[in-house]
Amino acid sequence: MQMKIVTSVAFCAVATLALAPSARHAAGGTVTGKVTFTGTPPKMKAIDMAKEPSCAKAHTIPVMNESVVTGAGNSLGNVVVYISAGAPAGAPPASAATFDQKNCQYLPHVLAMEAGQKLEIKNDDQTSHNIHPLSKVNPEWNKSQPPGSPPIEASYDKPEFIPVKCNVHPWMHGYFAVLNTSHSKVTGDDGAYSLDGLPPGKYTVTAWHERFGTQSQEVTITGTETAKLDFVLKATEY
Amino acid sequence: MSRVAREIASIAILGVLVVVAFTDASAQAMHGLPLEGRGADTTPNRRVGRPSVGKEEYKRYCAGCHGDRGDGQGENTQWIDPKPRDFTQAVFKCRSTPSGTLPVDQDVINTIRRGIVNSNMPQWRPLPAQMQADLLSYIKTFSPRWTAEKPGTPVVIPVETPVTTESILRGREMFQKFECWKCHGTEGRGDGPSAAALTDSKDQPIHPFDFTTGTRFKCGTTNADLYRIFMTGLDGTPMASFADNIKGDQGWDLVHYLRTLQPLRTPESTLWKTWLATHAAELKPIGPGTGGR
Repeated sequence: MQMKIVTSVAFCAVATLALAPSARHAAGGTVTGKVTFTGTPPKMKAIDMAKEPSCAKAHTIPVMNESVVTGAGNSLGNVVVYISAGAPAGAPPASAATFDQKNCQYLPHVLAMEAGQKLEIKNDDQTSHNIHPLSKVNPEWNKSQPPGSPPIEASYDKPEFIPVKCNVHPWMHGYFAVLNTSHSKVTGDDGAYSLDGLPPGKYTVTAWHERFGTQSQEVTITGTETAKLDFVLKATEY
Repeated sequence: MSRVAREIASIAILGVLVVVAFTDASAQAMHGLPLEGRGADTTPNRRVGRPSVGKEEYKRYCAGCHGDRGDGQGENTQWIDPKPRDFTQAVFKCRSTPSGTLPVDQDVINTIRRGIVNSNMPQWRPLPAQMQADLLSYIKTFSPRWTAEKPGTPVVIPVETPVTTESILRGREMFQKFECWKCHGTEGRGDGPSAAALTDSKDQPIHPFDFTTGTRFKCGTTNADLYRIFMTGLDGTPMASFADNIKGDQGWDLVHYLRTLQPLRTPESTLWKTWLATHAAELKPIGPGTGGR
C-alpha cells in the first residue's frame, strides 16, 4: 500500500517536471524549419541619428535600417512564423509582451503577442518618444512617453500586423504582430523557427515579413513527431 | 434726390459699412481672443439624428470631400490638403475623450459647427441643429466601431488656475521637458528638428501648429480647448496625448505658456511681456541640452 502511494507521488512529480519546460504547451508535435529568400534584397541604409545626439552617441557602429535583416545562406530575420489555422485559440498569457525603446531603436523590431495579451512599452532613453501604433483594425492611439515615465500598458483585441512609429524620431519603425495563437516565433537572422506543443491535427503555418509578404503552408501532425517546413520568400527590391 | 446722387449715396454707405466691418474684425483680433472665442457655440445638440435623412444631406454638403463611402475620397480630395477625414476609421482629431477612443457625439457636432481651421472644412454652424444631428447619425454608419464600442470617458478639465508669471514659467519648463519644441520649435513656430519629416497616419506630410501665426487651434479657441488638445492628442496625427504625464492643474501652466507664443493680446501675453522686460536675461533658451528655466 505504501509502495503504491510512493510510486504514484513519484510518478506525479516526474510528470510535472516533464511538462514544466514547455510553459504553456503540453507535449505534442513540433513544426520546425528555416525561412530564406530568393532574388536580390534591397540594400539597407545606415540610420542617421544626428538629430538626436543622446542616441547618436550610443551607436559607435552605424545602425542599419531593420526592414530587411538577412543572414548566412540567404536566411531571413524578423519573419513571424505562426499557426494561422488549426490550433484552437486559448486564453492569452498572464505575462506581458514587452517593447522597449533603447538608443532610439525598437527592441524587438517585431514583437509577437496574442490578442488580449497585456503589452508593456518602456522608454529606456534620455529623450521623449511618442508611441504611435498605426492600427487599422484595432483603435489607433498615440501617447507621449518622456524619459523616466512608467511603462505604457496597452492591449489589442483583434489580430493585426500593426506598424509602430515614433513621430519625433522618424527612423524608428517596428511592428506589433497581434496573433490569435500562442504558437509563434519571430526568426532571428538565421531564419530558424520551431513551433512545439502541437496536438495531432491539420495546421496552416504562415510566415509574414514586413516587406516580402506572406506565405502559408499546411502540415499535419499525427503524434509527437517533428515536421520540417521551410519557407522561401521572394525578395523585392523595394 | 437725383438717381445718380442716390446711387453715389448707397455706394458710399456700403463702403463705410465695409470699412467698419473690417476695422471691427481686426480690432477684435488684435485686442482679444478671435471673434469665435467669445461665446463660441458649443451648446449641446440634443436632437435625435435620422440616418436616412442624414444620407441625403450628406450627399448635398459632405460627399464632395468626404466621399460617397465616407472614406475621404470625394472628388475634391485630389485638390485639397490636409485630406478630408476618413470616417471608415472612426479616428478623429477633435475629441474630449482619451486617445484611441471614440469621441462623444457633441465633439463631432462641435467640429461640424466650428470647421477645422487651416483646412477646407468649413464652419457648418448655419445648418439647423436637427440637420447636424442627422448628418452625425449618418456619418456613424461608415464605421462599425460606433456600434461595437462606447465613446471614451471625457477628460476632466479642472477649473483654470490663475494666470501668474510663475505659472507661465512652469509651463515653459514643461515645453522644454516634454520636448514639445522638437516638433513645434523653440519659439513655437512649427519648425522644430523633427517637423520636416512629420507624416500623419495616412503617410501624408503634415505640419505642427505654428503658435506664432495661429490665433485659433484646430479644435477650438479657448484655454480649455487648448488644455483638451494635449490631454487627448489629435488622433490620426503625430500630436500625441500627454494625459499620462501631465496631471490636473499642471496642464494650465502649459496652456498659459503657450498663449504667450501667439500673436494675440491675452492676459498671459501681457503679463509675460511685462516680466520679460526686466527678467529676460534669467531665462535659459529652450532647446537641446538643459534649456528651459
